[in-house]
Amino acid sequence: MKPKIAFYWCASCGGCDEAVVDFAEDILGVVEAVDIVMWPVAMDFKKHDVEAMPDKSIVATLLNGAIRTSEQEEMAHLLRRKSQFMIAYGACAHLGGIPGLANEFSREQVIRWVYQDGPTVVNPEATRPQTESQSNGDTLTLPRVWNLVRALDQVVDVDYYIPGCPPTPKITKAAITALLEGKLPPKGSVLAPDVALCEQCSRKSTKPANLSFTEFHRPHQVILDSEKCLLAQGVVCMGAATRGGCEAACPSGNMPCTGCFGPTSRVRDQGSKMLSSLCANLTAKDEKAIRIALDGIPDPVGTFYRYGLAKSMLRRKVNLPADEAVGVKR
Amino acid sequence: MNSSIPQADTWQPRIIAFFCNWCTYTAADLAGVSRLKYAPNVRVIRVMCSGRVDPQFIVQALAQGADGVLLGGCHPGDCHYAEGNYKTLRRFEMLQRTLADLGIDKERIRLEWISASEGDRVKSVINEMTEEVRRLGPLELPDKQRQWDQEMDQIEEAVKASEAEAAHVA
Repeated sequence: MKPKIAFYWCASCGGCDEAVVDFAEDILGVVEAVDIVMWPVAMDFKKHDVEAMPDKSIVATLLNGAIRTSEQEEMAHLLRRKSQFMIAYGACAHLGGIPGLANEFSREQVIRWVYQDGPTVVNPEATRPQTESQSNGDTLTLPRVWNLVRALDQVVDVDYYIPGCPPTPKITKAAITALLEGKLPPKGSVLAPDVALCEQCSRKSTKPANLSFTEFHRPHQVILDSEKCLLAQGVVCMGAATRGGCEAACPSGNMPCTGCFGPTSRVRDQGSKMLSSLCANLTAKDEKAIRIALDGIPDPVGTFYRYGLAKSMLRRKVNLPADEAVGVKR
Repeated sequence: MNSSIPQADTWQPRIIAFFCNWCTYTAADLAGVSRLKYAPNVRVIRVMCSGRVDPQFIVQALAQGADGVLLGGCHPGDCHYAEGNYKTLRRFEMLQRTLADLGIDKERIRLEWISASEGDRVKSVINEMTEEVRRLGPLELPDKQRQWDQEMDQIEEAVKASEAEAAHVA
């Protein structure tokens, strides 16, 4: 009998499932080696199919996306129970990802923006989704949206992490191979090299021993040299505080690293570590000049914690309510 | 829920201080030897240089229950390691902005240059900061983080119950 594998998605954009599809013809090799028992984006299995399976009968679930609704939480628990290995697949399951930036706002702020205040929204009656509503005598239900966005390991026990937004086919294949051959590292490992991205970057030789920033530029404000270290060009490249494994895909495309692989094992809080390294290397010495130089990074949370806010030490904006009633349909 | 929040009359600010070995820590020593009395709300951690203070230390202190963090280093130009305090100054400015965006009042973290001879300055800074933090009230992030996760209790309990039931059947 072939080993059973499940793929599942939660609060994600679909890019991680696309990354599996990006195996192209290699996907046939995977399909040959395993039985896929759940894959909402591509196959028609339902929750009750998984419920009917014995506990631990799935070898591994690769779950992508952050957890932000009651339904996602429930499915994470169900798949955890049915699987020998729970694998957080991609930046959102690993660190909270881009959806984790919603932790800068309250639930009411998010819902108000999405259903009322956003410039592209047309909703004159200010209708909002309800967890329960009546339609032709039937009761319709929707999951509850939680006040916080969470990484997978803040909800269930996670065995391994495959990082990236999305993970590259290469590290995904390496992880699946290791899984099938039983050659896995210790539980809790991130299945990617434990070195900073700079190590893998083709621009490494042009990185000065002493970076001295006079000002910071955003990528759209300057024409970037395609070979010189991006930090040396005054651009915030997160490579120095980010785990390697993508083989510097973004710097190869002349764009700075934004940090999607998360920190190496030696760093607990990727954002404050990057902030530390970057700001220490400013040349300015007086407060006013320092302030002006730092104005070149107008959104520090969105820059340093772009993927990692939910898993950072603070987790969210700390003065938001723990539980907030959302406005009712008028 | 409010029962876990200490009352204003019993709550005391908890401040973590990172003092550099060469200036501010020596000044704190001097304050002690001179029998200067200051608020007992500060827990001092000696570091070799204010530049050794990784911003992670400050964030971790707050996340684990500090109400404020105080950094003390040598005056600009006086750093034992030449430039360490400048690194601190630059990091501090950006950390303060970042933390402000995450809802932590700027006054909860403070950077002061205090030379080895300024024992009285240790006293006044600690007293000032303690009052400032007292005015802001408790930060209590460990409690807050526990409260944030209470929204998941219901499903967790349901899962535990169904798992117990399955184990019973088996």
